[in-house]
Amino acid sequence: MSLRIVVCVKYVPDAAGDRSFADDLTVDREDADGLLSELDEYAVEQALQIADDADDAEITVLTVGPEDAKDALRKALSMGADKAVHVEDDDLHGTDAVGTSLVLAKAIEKTGYDLVVCGMASTDGTMGVLPAMLAERLGVPQVTLLSEVSVEDGTVKGRRDGDAATERLEARLPAVVSVTDQSGEARYPSFKGIMAAKKKPVESLDLGDLDIDTDEVGLEGAWTAVDAVAERPARTQGTIVKDEGEGGKQLAAYLAEQKFV
Amino acid sequence: MAEVLVYVDHVDGAVRKPTLELLTLARRIGEPVALALGAGAEATAATLGEHGAVRVLTADAPEFADYLVVPKVDALKAAYDSVSPAAVLLPSSGEAKEIAARLAVRIGSGLITDAVDLEAGADGPVATQSAFAAAYTTKSRVSKGTPVITVKPNSAPVEPSAAAGTVEPLAVSFGNTATGTKVVSREPRESSGRPELTEAAIVVSGGRGVNGAENFAIIEALADSLGAAVGASRAAVDAGWYPHSNQVGQTGKSVSPQLYIASGISGAIQHRAGMQTSKTIVAINKDAEAPIFDLVDFGIVGDLFTVVPQLTDEVKTRKG
Ligand SMILES: Cc1cc2nc3c(=O)[nH]c(=O)nc-3n(C[C@H](O)[C@H](O)[C@H](O)COP(=O)(O)OP(=O)(O)OC[C@H]3O[C@@H](n4cnc5c(N)ncnc54)[C@H](O)[C@@H]3O)c2cc1C
Ligand SMILES: Nc1ncnc2c1ncn2[C@@H]1O[C@H](COP(=O)(O)O)[C@@H](O)[C@H]1O
Repeated sequence: MSLRIVVCVKYVPDAAGDRSFADDLTVDREDADGLLSELDEYAVEQALQIADDADDAEITVLTVGPEDAKDALRKALSMGADKAVHVEDDDLHGTDAVGTSLVLAKAIEKTGYDLVVCGMASTDGTMGVLPAMLAERLGVPQVTLLSEVSVEDGTVKGRRDGDAATERLEARLPAVVSVTDQSGEARYPSFKGIMAAKKKPVESLDLGDLDIDTDEVGLEGAWTAVDAVAERPARTQGTIVKDEGEGGKQLAAYLAEQKFV
Repeated sequence: MAEVLVYVDHVDGAVRKPTLELLTLARRIGEPVALALGAGAEATAATLGEHGAVRVLTADAPEFADYLVVPKVDALKAAYDSVSPAAVLLPSSGEAKEIAARLAVRIGSGLITDAVDLEAGADGPVATQSAFAAAYTTKSRVSKGTPVITVKPNSAPVEPSAAAGTVEPLAVSFGNTATGTKVVSREPRESSGRPELTEAAIVVSGGRGVNGAENFAIIEALADSLGAAVGASRAAVDAGWYPHSNQVGQTGKSVSPQLYIASGISGAIQHRAGMQTSKTIVAINKDAEAPIFDLVDFGIVGDLFTVVPQLTDEVKTRKG
C-alpha cells in the first residue's frame, strides 16, 4: 500500500529583508517578500528521501496561509512533491499556534496520512511547537527534532540530539515527525522539476471545508494576544580599533575596564 | 494566593539554573508549586524550597525515561488538575517547549514560548518576547484558558526566598499515547567541564574564520582564561569543527550573557538571532565591513590568530 506523506510547509517573510508588524500587531505578510521557510525545505527533502526508499509513496505538501503562500507550495512541488493542499480563508488572519494546529490537524485528517513531516520551527514565529501540537491533536506518536530519519516496515526511526543526550527513537506509523537543519542539505529544484510543478494539482480548502468555526481561529479567536510591539533600539556602535600589533592588549584593557577581568 | 505551577528541569536531583529563574518569575504572579519528574525528583525539594516553592510534587516511573515527551505531559496534566494553577511555567528547552505545547492543546489554553520577562498584569501574566532576530520586543498574554508560558534562560535573577518545599507524591496514570515513541537508546553528552552555554556569564564563539577544528583550541584557551562557555557559528558547526550542541543562533542555542566575544564570525541575521541580546558584545574580525561590527561595544579589525592569543595571554597576566 502506498505510503501517504503530508509535509507541512510555511510561507514566511524573508529573514534577509525587513520584517515588521502590521497595525493590528500581527506579522506583516503584505509588505514583506515571502518564501518557503528554509527550515521546511529540510522537511520536504527528508520526505522525498523517505519516499525514494519506499516501494510506493505519495507526498502532499500542506500550507495554511494567505494567497501568496502558493509560492511555498510551488517550490515544494518543484523539489519533487506530488500534490499540494492550500488552506486559505480570510478568517484565518491572525491565527496563533494553537489555532493553526487545529486547522493543520483537520486538513491532515481530510487528506489522509501515514506520516506527517514538519520542519523544526518556522523562521518567523520560531516557536517549534506545531509538530508536538499536531501529534497531540491527531493522537499519534511524535518523533521530533530529528537530525536523522528513516521509515521501514511501518516503523519510523530517528536520532534526536537533545541538550543532555543523543537519543535513538522509534514509533509505529502513523506518526508526526519534525526534522532539524542537521538532517541534510535540501536539494535545489531542477528545471524539469520547476516545469513539472506547474502541472501538479493544488487543492484549495477553506474553513467550511474543514468544519472549523470561525470563532476558533483568526485574531479574535486567538488563544494569545499581543498588546504591544516595540522596535528594539539599534545598538549604538562602540569603539572599533584596527589591530596594529596591540589589538589583543587593547581588548584586554577594555574587558578589565568593564570588570570582566 | 493563587498557585503557579513550575515544571522543574533537573539532572538526577540537581536543579538547573533556568528553573530557579522560573521560581523568581512565578513569585511575581503567585505562590510557586513545583513539579519534578524522574530519578532524583525528591532530591530537588531542598533547593526548590530555598527558592520559593511552597510544595514540590514528585513522580517517578520508568515511562519518563523510556518514552518521548508524552509521559511527562500526562504527569503535568495530573499536576495541573490537582493544583488548578493561575499559570504554568516551563523552561524554554526543546523538550519542555513540546511538553508545554501538548499541555496547552490538552487543556484548551493559549501558549507563549521563549518569554524573556514576565510580570503580573490586570488580565493575567504579561510576557515580554523578542521577535525577528531580536529586532523587536513584544508584550503578550494568554487570552484563553490558563496561561502556559515557556521562559528562556537568563531572563530573571535567581533569588533565594525560603518556603516550605514540602514533598508531595503525585499520582500519575499514563494514557494510551504515552508509550507511542520509544527511546531505544540514550547517549549522554560528554561534559566539557566548561559552563553551560545558555547559562554562562561569558560566551566566547568562533566561526568560519577559525578555519579548522584544531584551531578551536585558540577559542577554548580564551574561554578558559575568562571562565567562559564556548560557542560556534553554524558555518563552523557545518564544517565539522565544533559540535552542534555549541551552535549559537536561530537553529542553535540562544544566549544572553553579560559578555559575548565573536571571533571570525560575520554576524549573519540567523547568528544575531541567538546572541543579539547579550549585554556587552565584542568582535574580532579581519573584515572591517563585517555586519557583526554594527552590534559591538568594542571591536578589533584584525587577524584572530594574532589578536586572540594576545588577548588570552593578557587576561591571564592581569588575573595573575
Ligand atoms: C534557516 C537558517 C538557519 C540558520 N541558523 C544559524 C544559526 O543558528 N547560527 C549561525 O551561526 N548561523 C545560522 N545560519 C547560517 C548563517 O546564515 C551564516 O551562514 C553563518 O552564521 C555564517 O557563519 P560565520 O559567520 O562563521 O561564517 P562567514 O559568514 O563565512 O564569516 C566568517 C567571518 O570570519 C572572518 N575571518 C576569516 N578569517 C579570519 C581571521 N583569520 N581573523 C579574523 N576574522 C576572520 C571573515 O572576515 C568573515 O567575516 C542559518 C541559516 C539559515 C538559512
Ligand atoms: N501555517 C503553517 N502551514 C503549514 N505548516 C506550518 C505552518 N506553521 C507551522 N507549520 C509547520 O510546523 C513547523 C513548526 O512551526 P512553529 O511551531 O510555528 O515554529 C514548521 O516548520 C512547519 O513544518
